[in-house]
Amino acid sequence: MIPEIGHYSLLLALCIAIVQATLPLIGAQRGIPSWIAVAKPAARAQLLFVGLSFVLLTYAFITNDFSVKYVATNSNSQLPLQYRISAVWGAHEGSLLLWVFILNIWAGAVSFFSRSVPAQMTARVLSVMGMISIGFLLFTLITSNPFERIFPAPMDGRDLNPLLQDFGLVIHPPMLYMGYVGFSVAFAFAIAAMLGGRLDAAWARWSRPWTQVAWVFLTIGIALGSWWAYYELGWGGWWFWDPVENASFQPWLVGTALLHSLAVTEQRGIFKAWTVLLAIFAFSLSLLGTFLVRSGVLTSVHAFASDPERGVFILMFLLVVVGGSLALFAWRGPQIKSHGKFDLLSKETALLVNNILLVIAACAILLGTVYPLILDALDMGKISVGPPYFNFVFIPLTAPLAVLVAFGVLARWRQTDFMEIALRLKWVMVAALVAGVAWPLSLEGDLSAGAIFGGLLSAWVILSALFIVYDRARKKSDLIVGLKSIPRAFYGMTLAHIGIGVFIAGVTLTSLYSVEKDLRMAPGDVYETSGYQFRFVGTEPHDGPNFRADRGTIEVLQDDQVLMTMHPEKRIYTVTRMPMTEAAIDPGLFRDLYVALGEPVGNGDAWAVRIYHKPFIRWIWLGGIFMGIGGLLAASDRRYRLGAKTRKSVAAVPVKGAEARA
Amino acid sequence: MTPKRKKKLVLIVLALAGLGLAVGLGLNAFNQNIMFFFSPADVAAGKAPYERKFRIGGLVEQGSVQRDEHTLKVSFRVTDGGGTVPVQYEGILPDLFREGQGIVANGKLGRDGVFTAAEVLAKHDENYMPPEVADALAAQKASESIKN
Repeated sequence: MIPEIGHYSLLLALCIAIVQATLPLIGAQRGIPSWIAVAKPAARAQLLFVGLSFVLLTYAFITNDFSVKYVATNSNSQLPLQYRISAVWGAHEGSLLLWVFILNIWAGAVSFFSRSVPAQMTARVLSVMGMISIGFLLFTLITSNPFERIFPAPMDGRDLNPLLQDFGLVIHPPMLYMGYVGFSVAFAFAIAAMLGGRLDAAWARWSRPWTQVAWVFLTIGIALGSWWAYYELGWGGWWFWDPVENASFQPWLVGTALLHSLAVTEQRGIFKAWTVLLAIFAFSLSLLGTFLVRSGVLTSVHAFASDPERGVFILMFLLVVVGGSLALFAWRGPQIKSHGKFDLLSKETALLVNNILLVIAACAILLGTVYPLILDALDMGKISVGPPYFNFVFIPLTAPLAVLVAFGVLARWRQTDFMEIALRLKWVMVAALVAGVAWPLSLEGDLSAGAIFGGLLSAWVILSALFIVYDRARKKSDLIVGLKSIPRAFYGMTLAHIGIGVFIAGVTLTSLYSVEKDLRMAPGDVYETSGYQFRFVGTEPHDGPNFRADRGTIEVLQDDQVLMTMHPEKRIYTVTRMPMTEAAIDPGLFRDLYVALGEPVGNGDAWAVRIYHKPFIRWIWLGGIFMGIGGLLAASDRRYRLGAKTRKSVAAVPVKGAEARA
Repeated sequence: MTPKRKKKLVLIVLALAGLGLAVGLGLNAFNQNIMFFFSPADVAAGKAPYERKFRIGGLVEQGSVQRDEHTLKVSFRVTDGGGTVPVQYEGILPDLFREGQGIVANGKLGRDGVFTAAEVLAKHDENYMPPEVADALAAQKASESIKN
């Protein structure tokens, strides 16, 4: 009965979505206040029913209701409770329901936190989100109903994929989806603005905090995925340029470009058409990511089911969204006028260069990801594009961004003198140069051009960001007063930029200075690297709730003193019969020690063992955390909240003017 | 030229230069890093190049896996029914590697006909078959049924 209620409430949500997508939009276009007023209650009601449906599916998992097919295929009575809950989004149907649920959370949030936005605008935004919701609810109900029953019900479930039985996977998908789907808000604002013909600075100000929050979630989601891959896949890689990773990275790049161009549109009222296009593309790439991951054209942990019907559905939906919004853009675009003037040497140009580089990087990744799929679909051969391609293209395109960031921050609107900025930054340059060489020198291993380049870039980004804050603060009578006078958004930006620098350091030093060794070790064998001795003691059997394992013991010594004992495991999950490598990691701010068991070698007690020493790998994710916190700081700047009350009366006038011009 | 036009021109040139650079870099890198896929049957038919990186996929032949006692060297044979290729590898094999399973390996084919793998991939699921392998097996079956 309970699953049927869940199914039923999804159907109800679909009905509400249809109302939400139509009435408020017509009301806004025709100026019917009572129809406009439908938007917010409809969005909240839809959230309620989708939420109910999600809770009921979770309940089916918690109570081990194996008469529900989705539960039976993805859970087991022996599965610990926290994984029974995360198993809800452990496969296709449930993760789709999560997608819709999160879309509705965003729509609900828009309905609650948009008091500063005119009701007409909110109505259009919620309508557009209702349309997206219709598409995904239909998709769920027609092709992937999570509440489908099986008869007779099996005694027990087939268990969750062991790779997904992990804390990282409990939070990675919701975070990533919050980011993906969050771009639907920026998208909906852009579409709504085009429909209403009021693309002005106020529009950019409304959609900016939403975009920032979505971007924060996406950043954290991607970082979590990378962290999970590092410790769970058993071979210590943190990014593989796997198509699924690329699918999440493309919207991130375009979303980052969107953040910067929104700043220009808000502050200067220009780049409007470009900003709208970026909003459309950020969300389209999110949808493309969903398509690639869910359609089964890609093969990876994420491609749960290869069902062509589903792929076709998402592809059609993608075409409707992209085609529809671009058609609208073609129709309304020529009316979008940007009036600001700016000099070639100005902040506007700097941000434009930022946008161009980010978008080209996204295109290059898109090419490498999609081209093999197209060739395959056309039956023109099977190829794969490896990580060297992506590294080779990505690094030259993004390194200039790191070089230019300080100039972009210091540049003035309209006109600026870059020589003067360079002179102001000369001591920072010297310091970055020294740090860039000294840093890699302090590590064991050969000094390479790559290490100096990475160290220099990283030191430059971090030091210049700090200097700019200091430089700005010291203009006030007293440094503390100066620091307090700097708006929170500026600190947010600074922290996010520092995050980039930290990330670059992590990537460079980990890539160039890691020691990775695969060894055959018998009990008593010792391997020495990077100042540590690893002594393999042996393995013994060890049982978990739903797996059996060989548990290894490796002592780590420094100067003949035992520092710690590490216990990597080789598990066999009893239901799925899947083997899993559980690495043992000793994390540290400056280095990780990573040991993992391969397989038994020979007839004795010897094992194949991986021993890694990875300097600065934590900095990769630390950079992501800095970017995330920076984004949150920026989104919570008081001007977005103040804007609500003080700007309302002021904004009304230029907004009308803008409409008149359009 | 008016200053406004000049500015536009410079912007356009900048954008084109960026695009050109990206396209150039991209295509160049692309050409160097594309890896083709050959099935064991292709290799048997002499379609695969020697000493050049490519990917091979098929089932690990039953009883073919031989491990060295003292190192991490492993040799096995990959087959799709239409051909069999001996593969050698040194390192730790993925969790799901075993006889009878579908795998994909990338590496180079030596003149002696032995494929030296730099990387061996077995995907994350028991029931999973890499699509290249599935296609290669299906193609092989189809050609056999035609012969019969």
